[in-house]
Amino acid sequence: MATVQLVDLAHARSGDKGDTANVGVIVYDPSHYEILERTLTPERVKTHLGALVRGQVERFELPNLGALNFVLHEALDGGGTVSLMNDAQGKVLSTALLRLEVEVPRAVADAVRGRGWAPADAYHRSS
Amino acid sequence: MQPRILRVASGQGFWGDDLEAPVRQVENGPIDYLMLDYLAEVTMSVLQKLRARDRSHGFARDFVPLMERIFATCVERGISVVTNAGGVNPSACTDEVLRVGREAGVAGRARVGTVLGDDLMERLDTLLAEGHDLCNMDTGAPLADIRERVRAANVYFGAEPIVRALALGANVVVTGRAADAALAYAPMIHEFEWRWDDWDRLAAGVVAGHIIECGAQSSGGNCLADWWSIPNLAEIGFPIVEVSPDGSFVVTKHEGSGGRVDRATVTEQIVYEIGDPRAYVTPDVVADFTTIELEDGGSDRVLVGSVRGRAATDFLKVSIAYSAGFKAVGTLMYAWPDAAAKARLAARTLAARLERLGLDLELRADLVGWDSTHGHLAGEPPPDLPEVQLRVAVRGQSRSAVERFTREVAPLVLTGPPTVTGYAGGKPRVEEIVAFWPALIRREVVEPHLTVEVVDV
Repeated sequence: MATVQLVDLAHARSGDKGDTANVGVIVYDPSHYEILERTLTPERVKTHLGALVRGQVERFELPNLGALNFVLHEALDGGGTVSLMNDAQGKVLSTALLRLEVEVPRAVADAVRGRGWAPADAYHRSS
Repeated sequence: MQPRILRVASGQGFWGDDLEAPVRQVENGPIDYLMLDYLAEVTMSVLQKLRARDRSHGFARDFVPLMERIFATCVERGISVVTNAGGVNPSACTDEVLRVGREAGVAGRARVGTVLGDDLMERLDTLLAEGHDLCNMDTGAPLADIRERVRAANVYFGAEPIVRALALGANVVVTGRAADAALAYAPMIHEFEWRWDDWDRLAAGVVAGHIIECGAQSSGGNCLADWWSIPNLAEIGFPIVEVSPDGSFVVTKHEGSGGRVDRATVTEQIVYEIGDPRAYVTPDVVADFTTIELEDGGSDRVLVGSVRGRAATDFLKVSIAYSAGFKAVGTLMYAWPDAAAKARLAARTLAARLERLGLDLELRADLVGWDSTHGHLAGEPPPDLPEVQLRVAVRGQSRSAVERFTREVAPLVLTGPPTVTGYAGGKPRVEEIVAFWPALIRREVVEPHLTVEVVDV
């Protein structure tokens, strides 16, 4: 087994509903869905995000889309216009979750390492 | 005769979105309907405030100059427009649309429909007196707790009045607080004559609407998957759904436009701002997102099908905006060496001064460029960080306390830690906090009040 960061296995998008944020995590390779379903438990996510989420973490599965939806309660300091947070609408909470370390078979780790990062020359492209 | 394929295009994902996008949707390829979503929760209270000052205001003004540009072309090409630009004053919005329609030379060739009745402000006390508590969906507290501070109250209604307007021959339908997705699936119900209990087709329409209601967020914008390789964001194509009578549809965009439509870009939008995917509740149907099947057709085409739905609930959601105090945000930039340590000392110094002044304020300090979005996950900043921005934010019930905070930020430049800059913007601005109170109301209380007017240009 080996460890990879979730960012190399999945992409994600997050958003808000009041003081609740949600993060949809989507695998790049459908064959990795089971790994995430097994390892990304709500408890694991709650521990990882720590002080970023005051309330409970709920998880919903969308195997049809290779996705897990995490609903993070009391994550936005009151939410919307009440919040004092820079990211008051949880728009980039998705990437905080993608920092999580996941145990995967070595072959999977070797195949995906770097998948979530731009190639070195990407920053210099004009469009 | 029913059309075989209906093309519904998204032209705006929020008020402030790309002004050229709807023009490109109309001009750069075939579409049948253009849907324009202008309303976020916060927008409704801003519009209430504007209408309170001027009875002819209170709607999304961007829509008027847009219609000036596209009205004639829409009429020539048979494109209908459905929008919630009406905000809290749909009639005033329609008056402006009629004016620009006459100027654009479409008089006698177009009809404009207006949906009224979602604004509950004037009925609020009657509703409370009748026993509708409008309890907060999250906390359970009754609305009476904050009644005096309510600034706007609008019910999210569904497709029915929009379909009514289309059936009366409207080429443009202006609404207030319609559910975002309803702007997209009302045309499907109208054109395909879907029944109101055809839950699977209605759910498919909801999914189509959900995918396109945030504009380019499903066609390559804000897409994390391979973002570096998404072509020509400068001319990003907004999404279009090509819907079949059975409810299956293709997500695509105009040929030659920038951006991308593939499994990844569409899936990111499907999971955006959802809760339980098995129960995506709308006014017209409860859609089950776990039944959605996607197939990547290549060439910026994604096929969507198999969507299942079930009966709508007896309730509609009410969005209530209320005044909840004041806030302000200030920033200062600290430079290498020990940039983060200096910024943190500045924040502690500010906190101590606010304390000594006896101001009842909640203070939050973040290091922008280090931990303001990932918090503790960012770890400890290194001493050789080239620069970091200190962001200090406060909120409180008293405007004068927040005002006083705004006078305490600049002094840190000469009375706090060294090597600080970036204070060109002046003192922070005090903002009124408008908070949201989500509530439910029985649909029969609201639906009879939803009226439709259709008039010739």
